[in-house]
Amino acid sequence: MEDFQASKPIYMQIVDKISHQIVRGDIKPGEKLPSVREMAIKTGVNPNTIQRTYSEMERMEIVESRRGQGTFVTEVNEVIVDLKEKLQTDMIAAFVHNMKELGFTQEEMLKGLQNYIDREGGK
Amino acid sequence: MIKVEEVSKKYGGEAAVEGISFSLEKGKIYGFIGPNGSGKSTTLKMIAGLVFPASGSITVNGKKVERKIAKEVAYLSELDFFYPTFTVKDMIAFSATQFPDFNMDRANELLAFMKLDPKKKLKQLSKGNRGRLKLVLTLARTAPVLLLDEPFSGLDPMVRESIVKGLLSYIDFNEQTVVIATHEIDEIEMLLDEVIAIQNGQIVAVENVEELRESKGLSVLEWMKKIFA
Repeated sequence: MEDFQASKPIYMQIVDKISHQIVRGDIKPGEKLPSVREMAIKTGVNPNTIQRTYSEMERMEIVESRRGQGTFVTEVNEVIVDLKEKLQTDMIAAFVHNMKELGFTQEEMLKGLQNYIDREGGK
Repeated sequence: MIKVEEVSKKYGGEAAVEGISFSLEKGKIYGFIGPNGSGKSTTLKMIAGLVFPASGSITVNGKKVERKIAKEVAYLSELDFFYPTFTVKDMIAFSATQFPDFNMDRANELLAFMKLDPKKKLKQLSKGNRGRLKLVLTLARTAPVLLLDEPFSGLDPMVRESIVKGLLSYIDFNEQTVVIATHEIDEIEMLLDEVIAIQNGQIVAVENVEELRESKGLSVLEWMKKIFA
């Protein structure tokens, strides 16, 4: 069983989780994903929700389903590079948004980030 | 698959449910939620053919519900219904004689899954293991409809988790429709397709749970607190 935020769509949370695993290399290009039922049992989530996760990832071209064989992570490197960039952009956008809300200027953000990395970066 | 139309039921002059209507689709998992005394158990018993509506109609797969619907509806009671001197194995064998759709191989597989000892007497089982055995007896059936009345009540988190895993492992998702009546929504939040809320014998709302999260940003629990407020 895995923990999810009960107030956000579960299928998107699982898309994010699997995307992160692919970008980190925990799941390799061409690797087979667990079947819908296996994934449902592993996560404790409704199988229709898992099906929707896989359909969404197929639409995003991160995975492909092969008839009678299952769902596989794409071997197209470009797609994985794009995904990595997209996740990075999402993180930065959230960071910038939060900093703006707190009233920081561009220079302060960059300086703060640089200072943090200099201090904590090696860890 | 299941159609409940304008159904009412009274117990000694007091209405248990009043003119409720809803329909359930094949292959979905429904949460049937509501406070104690809201009419959940009465409704499940009526779908199972164990209690008869005073008015209105209930059909399962187009057939009007009567006592013989038990062939098509597996019902897990909130009560303990065991003979204390039976062993687990006796109980399995007894259930197999009662229901033509009872699958012995599946029952044995489920016993192993739930780590239940077939030789143990029922009176020796802990409450948690009695809860597990009830689920074994229900999931060993291939009936198209499974009705579970408070399957988690009074059970510890470990047992609850094994019940959720048991459901996910053994339900036939394409063929079986599952209704879980509970007021402990936390346990099944991630398991559900749809949720039906009932209060004072009336259906208050029917919602798709991912839709609730997506369009309203609410968990089922948060939504429930709102509508029952």
